Amino acid sequence: MGMGKKLSQIDRRIIFLVIGLAVALPLLFPIGLQIRVSEPAQRMYKAIDQLPPGSKVLISFDYDPTTMPELYPMNIALVRHCFAKDLKVIGMALWPTGVPLGEEAFEIAAKDYGKSYGQDYVNLGYKAGDIVLISNLGKSIPQQFPIDFRGTPLEELPIMKGVRSLKNIDLVIDLSAGFPGIVEWTMIAGGRHHVKVGGGCTAVSAPSYYPYLQSKQIVGLLGGMKGAAEYETLMNARGAAAGGMDAQSIAHLVIILFIFIGNLFMFLGNKGKA
Amino acid sequence: MNRLRKSEILLAVLFPLPLFLGIGGAYGQDSLALAPVAKVTAVDTPNDGGGSITVDWEVSPDEAAGKVTTYHIFRASEGGEFQLLGEVSSGVTKYVDEGTRDGTKYIYAVQAIGKEGKSALTKSSPVWSRGQWFNTQRTNMLLVLLVISAAILLYIRKARAGGKLFIRKIAGLDAVDEAVGRATEMGKPVLFIPGIMDMDDIQTIAGMTILGRVARKTADYETTLRVPVCRSVVMSVAQEVVKEAYLDAGRPDAYDANKINYLTDDQFGYAAGVDGIMLREKPAAIFLMGHFFAESLILAETGFSIGAIQIAGTAEISQLPFFITACDYTLIGEELFAASAYLSGEPRLLGSLKGQDVGKAIFMAIIILGVILENLGYHFLTALMTTG
Amino acid sequence: MRRQIPLAITLVVGLVMVVQYFVPHKPVGNLYDLFNTWAIVIFAFAIVLGVGNLIKIHGDRIYRLERGWGYSVLLLLGLTVMIITGIGWGIEPGTSFFYLYWHLYVPMSSTMFALLAFFIASASYRAFRARNFEAFLLLISAVLVMLGRVPMGKALWGQFPVIADWIMKVPNTAGQRAIMIGIALGVVSTSLRIILGIERAHLGGE
Repeated sequence: MGMGKKLSQIDRRIIFLVIGLAVALPLLFPIGLQIRVSEPAQRMYKAIDQLPPGSKVLISFDYDPTTMPELYPMNIALVRHCFAKDLKVIGMALWPTGVPLGEEAFEIAAKDYGKSYGQDYVNLGYKAGDIVLISNLGKSIPQQFPIDFRGTPLEELPIMKGVRSLKNIDLVIDLSAGFPGIVEWTMIAGGRHHVKVGGGCTAVSAPSYYPYLQSKQIVGLLGGMKGAAEYETLMNARGAAAGGMDAQSIAHLVIILFIFIGNLFMFLGNKGKA
Repeated sequence: MNRLRKSEILLAVLFPLPLFLGIGGAYGQDSLALAPVAKVTAVDTPNDGGGSITVDWEVSPDEAAGKVTTYHIFRASEGGEFQLLGEVSSGVTKYVDEGTRDGTKYIYAVQAIGKEGKSALTKSSPVWSRGQWFNTQRTNMLLVLLVISAAILLYIRKARAGGKLFIRKIAGLDAVDEAVGRATEMGKPVLFIPGIMDMDDIQTIAGMTILGRVARKTADYETTLRVPVCRSVVMSVAQEVVKEAYLDAGRPDAYDANKINYLTDDQFGYAAGVDGIMLREKPAAIFLMGHFFAESLILAETGFSIGAIQIAGTAEISQLPFFITACDYTLIGEELFAASAYLSGEPRLLGSLKGQDVGKAIFMAIIILGVILENLGYHFLTALMTTG
Repeated sequence: MRRQIPLAITLVVGLVMVVQYFVPHKPVGNLYDLFNTWAIVIFAFAIVLGVGNLIKIHGDRIYRLERGWGYSVLLLLGLTVMIITGIGWGIEPGTSFFYLYWHLYVPMSSTMFALLAFFIASASYRAFRARNFEAFLLLISAVLVMLGRVPMGKALWGQFPVIADWIMKVPNTAGQRAIMIGIALGVVSTSLRIILGIERAHLGGE
């Protein structure tokens, strides 16, 4: 084996160690890099910003603790924005694991903006049914969720006055970690019931939602921790996501460095062979 | 009779009372500070199963001055009283009533509400809802479906009649034999992972059809086949598929149901379980065929680390890059669905692939034509392709 | 008969599902939701099959004292503890089930997900080699997107994010669409083959 080829096969453990350090160190010693806002995030911000006060926004917490670093910061940022604009926020989840996460985000944001449960926001909780549930929400929300997460009948909640089905919702925001997620909401709520749909997703899945973005089937998109950091920037409130961007920056640079080293050694190896 | 008359008189006396007292209630005849909504139209919601009426109106002339905050929508059965149905914020001119009884006549009314007061009710003509037998907004979809299905069926027929069909090489599928053969030579098992979704997912079904072919080969080669699954129903189906394949190969004795086992429904729990199997049993060939999410790279990298030959296939676009980087061969999107036909070589199945290509050619032509027309400012093709 | 009955059910249900897409009138229009609800119920009950299989396989392993039987004990113990705490005392915040969920399940799942960071690094190190022109293009676009998607990229050169956005919006979207159309056609073709009973491999036959 030539020197180049030998070097081009660095032990995986070395790569793992360097990546571990590249992620951990910036988290411990933040750099505070400036964040540029991309167009999809800008569009999401605008979609919420231009809703008149009192409009009804439905946020579906379709994620779980594993994707929390990416989706939870955007959950908080989006709820904050809705509260800042005096919008009424209805929370629910197609993933059972999303309910406590959405509830926590509500509580944090409600405290900051002095919003009260039942009046300005509500958490309907989880219900099984995936696509069928979305489809049924198009017919009746109270029928699918007769009581909220805390056990209160929907008719006793002032926020639910006049909300019969998805047709009375001005914007659906889906925080999506996979299936069911943005695609299902876009297909049923957007396609069938003509409600505006936007959302946030994990960074890995973001490229696959770009076609929906371009065809305007979704109003905006926050992709992963970066999307959340962009939203925090738009809200002028640096949060957990913006902090994480330093680590992501360094990790990307390290990966690029590894790719460069790999190619260099391959090139040297080929030259040696020639 | 007497009693009735008395009650009628009482009603006649009491009815105008609210008007005098200035408590007009929903009718709002007292403080009509706002100009009424110009025109209210109520129609049976088109293309639905019934039980719904759509109400449209033109905004109150006072809306431009910012005096209107909300609109109240009322409904009355013919001859009955108006009752508040719902409210929408100003600027909205449409309300869909999803709670109608088909065949019953209703009258709708809209009232503008503002800080200064309200407007008079503007009423619609009587209307009733009913279900439709055909969703006209989907006519284009029906046409597309018919054309593609006809093309597929035509080529299936042609293939059955013995027509020769060309099918391009799919390297990943040509390597199936090689992979199973290699596992046999090394005396190591073959691992088949059918994704993490249930049997209602078409990708899982496609995965099962490939499992059937792979099982047939492992039965012929007398190689151990391991199928850890993430869903109970998939486990039952996989057991049945493998069992039948072993029966077909004349080796029912070699079938072991314990090799096709359920791990967990949890995504990362499953990934951990499969990684464990890979590291302990060191399979020489790994098939990843079905619907995968974030666990794809965790599985494929572990498979790579043990030196197995890996063939993956998924239609989950966001996971394709991971499979392409970590696996030896990857079936991209439609290739996953073509796999069963390709591996079996059965003319009827191959014919369907050819029909699929005709569909693709039609789409390509429509896309190119659409781009040209849109750039020239003609939008009818785009409108034609929009579904409801 | 063992083959014919499932094939007949597939044919009838498949055709009904196609028809219901175009016919909103009751009772046809409601069938999609109805069948999906049935599927959810069936899948929920089928968990018994999975758990039964789990107990059988790991029970056998413990009984025979096979290598690693201790892990099987741990697995069955975990299963039992979660079922008993969940059914016995509920799953709301404050219960022991919730405590186990937050302090065992969540960190373990997060750990598995976090492995991706390491695996992405090792996979891209290995795969992004400029072996030929196509691989070179892939390599360049990967580097540009990676730089453009993080603040560091902007700090290095202001145009990196613009280029990354363009790659995501134009070539990426075009490629995704092409694959999506191919997949959709593949789904139509596969469904047709299954509905018509031409494809039978999933029923365990040729």
